Amino acid sequence: MKVSRRDLLAGAAGIAAFGTSAAAQSPSPPLDTTKVRGKPSRALGQRATAEKAQRQPRGVNSSGTPHQDLYGTITPADLHFERHHGGVPDIDPRSYSLLIHGMVERPMVFSLADLKRFPAVSRVHFLECSGNFGGRGASVEITPQQLAGLTSTSEWTGVPLATLFREVGASPKATWFLAEGQDAAVLARSVPMSKAYDDALIAYGQNGEAIRPEQGYPARLFLPGWEGNASVKWLRRLELSDRPFMTREETSKYTDPMADGTARMFSFLMDARSLITYPAYPVTLTKGWVEINGIAWTGSGKITRVDVSTDGGTTWAAAKLQEPVLPKAHTRFRFLWDWKGNEAVIKSRAVDETGYVQPTKDAVIALRGISAVGYHTNPITGWRIRPDGTVVYAAEPWS
Amino acid sequence: MTPRHLVCAAAIAVTLVAGLAAQKPPATFGIGRAATPAEIAAWDIDVGPDGAGLPPGKGTAAEGATIYAARCASCHGKTGKEGPNDVLVGRLPGDAFPFAQDARTPKTIGSYWPYATTVFDYIRRAMPPDAPGTLKDNEVYALVAFLLVQNELAPADAVIDAAALPKVKMPARDHFVPDKRGAPKKGK
Repeated sequence: MKVSRRDLLAGAAGIAAFGTSAAAQSPSPPLDTTKVRGKPSRALGQRATAEKAQRQPRGVNSSGTPHQDLYGTITPADLHFERHHGGVPDIDPRSYSLLIHGMVERPMVFSLADLKRFPAVSRVHFLECSGNFGGRGASVEITPQQLAGLTSTSEWTGVPLATLFREVGASPKATWFLAEGQDAAVLARSVPMSKAYDDALIAYGQNGEAIRPEQGYPARLFLPGWEGNASVKWLRRLELSDRPFMTREETSKYTDPMADGTARMFSFLMDARSLITYPAYPVTLTKGWVEINGIAWTGSGKITRVDVSTDGGTTWAAAKLQEPVLPKAHTRFRFLWDWKGNEAVIKSRAVDETGYVQPTKDAVIALRGISAVGYHTNPITGWRIRPDGTVVYAAEPWS
Repeated sequence: MTPRHLVCAAAIAVTLVAGLAAQKPPATFGIGRAATPAEIAAWDIDVGPDGAGLPPGKGTAAEGATIYAARCASCHGKTGKEGPNDVLVGRLPGDAFPFAQDARTPKTIGSYWPYATTVFDYIRRAMPPDAPGTLKDNEVYALVAFLLVQNELAPADAVIDAAALPKVKMPARDHFVPDKRGAPKKGK
C-alpha cells in the first residue's frame, strides 16, 4: 500500500488528538456496548483496564501479592510475590543446564529440554517467604498485601526430584543436598534428602505457562510447604553430601533465635496461618450482610478448619472452607456476618490436619521471644472495623 | 460379530492391557548426559563447615584491610560496625546471645555466625554486589582474615588458609540447634 505524506500527517494528527482527549478525560467504556463493535481478537490477553491489581515492591529485593484484589486460591503468575537476593537474572533457556554431582554414581547435566522429557507432575501449592510478617511497618493503614503479601499459590509443573536422583544414581548414604542458583547471589541452601523423596519438584511450569523470571525461570527447586528461600530459583547445581553445607542463608540468616537461648536452624516448615482479605484496609464497609473471607494455609498438609471471631477473639465460629481443600495450598474460607454498625475486631485462626492451631501473638512471643519478627512469625491477626465503616489493621503491641 | 471375532477382540484387548501394564518406569530413562570433571570444577564453589572445598591460597588481616576499604566499607562501614548494610563486626560481653529478646543487637560474624567457613563461602560467591564472584581466592582469604581479626576471633597476625579457617572457634556455634518441628516423612 502506498502511504502518502498527507495520510501520515492525518494519522499523526489523529494520534495527537487521541492523546489529548485521553489525557483530558478519564477513559471510560462506551455507554452502550451493544451498539459499538468490540475489539478484534489479539495474540496476548490483557486485564480489563479498570483492574489495577499490582505487586507492591518493598525495596528492590521483594514485592508482595495484592491479596485484597484476588479471588479463590490461585495467584496470577504476574502477581506472585518476589523475593530475591541478587536481582532477577536473565537466563537463556537454550544454554540452561542443571548439574547434579557429589554422592552419585553418575554425575550428570540436564538441559531444559531434558528436564521436560521426564514424566511430569502438576501440583497446586503455596509458596511463602518465612519473613512474611516483619515488613508491615507501624501504621494501621496497611492492606493484606502489606501484612502478608509474601505468600502466593500456583499450580507448579515439573519433574519429581526423586526421578532425577534415581537417574544419577544417588547414594543411599547421602543425607543432604546443596541447591544452588544461577543468580548474582549464587544463592545456596542445604536440603535434607528425605524431602527429595517426599514431594520436592524441579519445576518449570507455573499456572500453565513457563515459570516467570521472578519465580526462577527456566527451572527452580520447589519444596512444598517449606520456607520460600529453600526453594532455590534459577537452579543450576545440586550436590549430594552426607552433611549440610552451612551456607550464609541457613546460618546468619533464616535461623530463629528462641526464648530458651538457642537458635533454631533448618527451620523449613511453614506453620499454619490465615489472613482475612475482606473486609480489610482500605475498604469502607456499609451496614448489613458481609461475607468475611480470606485465605488459610499450612506446610503440614491440609487446612481442616478456620475459625472466625467478630468480637476480637473472645468467641469463635467455624468458617466455610471452599472445596477442594488441597494440601500445602491456599484455602479460601468464608464467613457470613451481619454487621450492625458497631466497632468490631474480626480475626481468623487456622487449624491444620496435624491439630496445629495458629497461635496468638502472646504464644509466639512465649516461644520465640519479643524479637520474633524475623522469620516464621504466624500469629492470629485481625482488622478493626470502626463505626463509620472504615477498616484498619488491628495492631497488637509487640511486647 | 461372530463368536470367533469376539474371541479375537477379547484376545487383542487382553494384549493391549497387558502391553500398557508392562510400561513401568525404568530404573533410569537415559535422559541427560555425563558431566565432565571440568564442568563440575567450574561450578563446584561451595565450602563446607569442615573446610572441604577451600581452595589453595592464604591471606592476612593487613592485606584484607586494604581490600575491605576499597570494596566493602561503603556498605558495611569503615570498621565493619557502622553499616548501613549488615553489621559484620562486634562481640557481646561474655559472648551473650540475647537475640530472642533484643531485635536491635546486630547479628555479627563474632556474635551470631556459627561457622567461619561460611564467611569465605559467602564472600566468594556473592560479594561485592557490584561485581559478585570476581574476587581472587587470596583476596577472599585476606578479607576473611580481616573480618576474623576485627571480631577478635583470630590474632592480628594470623594467616588464614584452608587449614586454619575451619579451626576458628565461633562463639555462637553451640547455640544453634536443628529444628524439631514436622520432620519430613522417610523416603518412599
